[in-house]
Amino acid sequence: MTIKVKYFASLREKAQKNEEEITEVFNNAFDLYLALQEKYQFPLTVEEVKVAINGEYQNFDTALVAGDVVTFIPPVAGG
Amino acid sequence: MFKIVTAPLDYLDAQNELYRPEAGGVVCFEGRVRNHNHHRKVSHLNYEAFDEMAISEGNKILTEAREKFKIIEALAIHRVGDLQIEETAIWVGVSSAHREAAFLACQYIIDQLKSRVPIWKKEFYVDGESDWVKCLACSQKGIPHSEHQHFHHVEKSEVEG
Repeated sequence: MTIKVKYFASLREKAQKNEEEITEVFNNAFDLYLALQEKYQFPLTVEEVKVAINGEYQNFDTALVAGDVVTFIPPVAGG
Repeated sequence: MFKIVTAPLDYLDAQNELYRPEAGGVVCFEGRVRNHNHHRKVSHLNYEAFDEMAISEGNKILTEAREKFKIIEALAIHRVGDLQIEETAIWVGVSSAHREAAFLACQYIIDQLKSRVPIWKKEFYVDGESDWVKCLACSQKGIPHSEHQHFHHVEKSEVEG
C-alpha cells in the first residue's frame, strides 16, 4: 500500500521535504502521525494538528487506503 | 470566489463585482501586515498555503456565508509569499441589500478563514529571529487546536489582521 504525505509550514521544515511516499502500512492517520513525529522529531503533538485526507479535513481514526494523500495541518494562521 | 495570489493584492476588480443595482451596502475587510505582534517588532511575513485545499475550504466558507446571511455576493482574496509591513494579506468583500447582513457575513468569513483555511504565517522579527504564528487563544486556554473553532477575539487589537 502506498500513500503520499504532504508537508507544510513547520512540519515541512522539520521533515526537510514537501512530500514523500510511504509504503509501510498504517491503520489510520493517528498511527501515521506518531510514526512521522518520531522519525522527524515534529514538535507538534497529534492534538495540535489536524489531518486532511485527499484535501478534506477528516478524523484521525479514518482508515487509510492505497493512493490516499495525507496532509497534517499545523495550526493555521491565515489573514 | 476565493482566490490565492502571489502578486501584490489588487482588489479593485473584485470590489467592482460587489457594486450591483440591488446592493445597498458593501462591506470590505482588509487584513494588512502590522509592524508588531505580541510586543515583538515584526520586519516582514511569509505566508504559505496548501493551495488546492485552501481554495476549496475558502469557497466552502463563502458558500456558507451566502446560506447564513441575506447577502448578494461574497468574495475573498489571500496573498501568499513574502509580504512587507503595510502590505495587504487578505481582502474580504460582501454586498447585500441592507448593511447588517453584509457586516455579519464579512465578520463570519474572516473568522472562518482564519480558523480553517490551510494557510500559515511565518513572522520575521527585527532582531533576526523568526517563528510560525501559533494560535494564541488555544495555548492560553489549553484546548487542543484540533477540537474547536478558535476565533481570534481574545486579543482582537493584537491578533486581528
